[in-house]
Amino acid sequence: MRNIQVNEIAKAVRELCIEANYQLSPDMCRALGEARKKEESPLGKQILGQLEENLEIAQTEEIPICQDTGMAVIFMEIGQEVHFEGGSLEEAIQEGVRCGYRDGYLRKSVVKDPLIRENTKDNTPGVIHYSIVLGDRVKITVAPKGFGSENMSRIFMLKPADGMEGVKNAVLTAVKDAGPNACPPMVVGVGIGGTFEKCALLAKQALTRPAGEHSPVAYVKEMEEELLERINRTGIGPGGLGGSVTAFAVNINTYPTHIAGLPVAVNICCHVNRHAVREI
Amino acid sequence: MLSCKPSCSTGNLSLYYGWDLYLSEAKGMEINMEKYLQMPLSKEDAANLRAGDYVYLTGIMYTARDAAHKRMQETLEAGEPLPIVLQGTVIYYMGPSPARSGRPIGSAGPTTASRMDKYAPALLDLGLLGMIGKGRRSLAVRDAVVRNGAVYFAAVGGAGALLSKAVLESEVVAYEDLGTEAIRKLTVDKFPVIVCMDSCGTDLYEISAEQYRKE
Repeated sequence: MRNIQVNEIAKAVRELCIEANYQLSPDMCRALGEARKKEESPLGKQILGQLEENLEIAQTEEIPICQDTGMAVIFMEIGQEVHFEGGSLEEAIQEGVRCGYRDGYLRKSVVKDPLIRENTKDNTPGVIHYSIVLGDRVKITVAPKGFGSENMSRIFMLKPADGMEGVKNAVLTAVKDAGPNACPPMVVGVGIGGTFEKCALLAKQALTRPAGEHSPVAYVKEMEEELLERINRTGIGPGGLGGSVTAFAVNINTYPTHIAGLPVAVNICCHVNRHAVREI
Repeated sequence: MLSCKPSCSTGNLSLYYGWDLYLSEAKGMEINMEKYLQMPLSKEDAANLRAGDYVYLTGIMYTARDAAHKRMQETLEAGEPLPIVLQGTVIYYMGPSPARSGRPIGSAGPTTASRMDKYAPALLDLGLLGMIGKGRRSLAVRDAVVRNGAVYFAAVGGAGALLSKAVLESEVVAYEDLGTEAIRKLTVDKFPVIVCMDSCGTDLYEISAEQYRKE
């Protein structure tokens, strides 16, 4: 058994909220640089250049990469030998979000009720997903999610007979509908299988996988490559203003499902695909 | 570069630029012109802009997004005056992140314009001449843009740090309780935008993706 003080978690979450919003992970920076070399449209190239410049300014002048600093999505992988002390873990995570968004000059984008819509003024609550794993470590991933792209995400409850082609068409449909609204070039997270809510979570988790890293499952890897190529043939391009780079990556996660179903979730993320990770 | 005067007789870029010229230029997106404009805009400024033009805006613009638009609509329905003058005004669909001390604003990129589609036609009919956002607009907005000789610009989505550098001053002028969604008066210098829908109703998003489509 390993004891961890919850205020240590709060401190880590605070720092990760700030880090994620000022600095993209190396895989995303690399993807952006490579995209500029590949892009055929001069305007597209120019936009990608501006996005690289934007990252540079964000880091050196301490201005968030995007003004939509997101709703904080937090994945907690908790080793089953960990014992938390010093208060509520849930409240500590929310306190981390509160302090991170306050101290990091991040935008407060959360409303208390989806219909009454009064701003909570501290960006809480975040959305927390817990999973219990082996060991005595805690892995925290903070992925602030902007809603320009979140709004363009979709769930399709396909039939088993729709098969592989049905899944590919669903992904392409979601991407084309998203078009310029989702701030392309995008990262496309796909969840296939499970239940209605499980496939959405798989898709969200897929967005935290580094761009350029493929599924270990051979057929899934092939699908990722094929879909990325087909998405980049749509012509949507950087900023949706035409070009050959519409997506940096397609990341697919799968899970067993029911004999009667083929759920598919497509979670779209803009080029500011933020995820900061720490292990305690 | 192109010198032919655009005419509004058609919604098809190829026709008003001349088909041959369109084919030869379109591949390289050379159809866009660089222009510098002062805000508030004049009707003539708006009428001369064409989808694809790269424009640097200088002067005063106002921010408003979902909540401010909803409140403006309620104000109009109640027969009360709006907190800002709409004549020739450009509204920027944007809610900034907080400014650090000594700076005018935080990160300041565009939000998705389609969420304002429900409210935009009424404002355009009252004299609003320009909108800045990102993404597609509805047919009702397109009709209102054409009807009023207005223009819809796109700023680069997700480039909030870069775009904030063009903002010299920012002041909340209405609905302060809405936080980031309050109406702000921005003084900007050469704020970079691209004409996405011109006063003829030509939609750059429709044209540009087609040029690079390989399906």
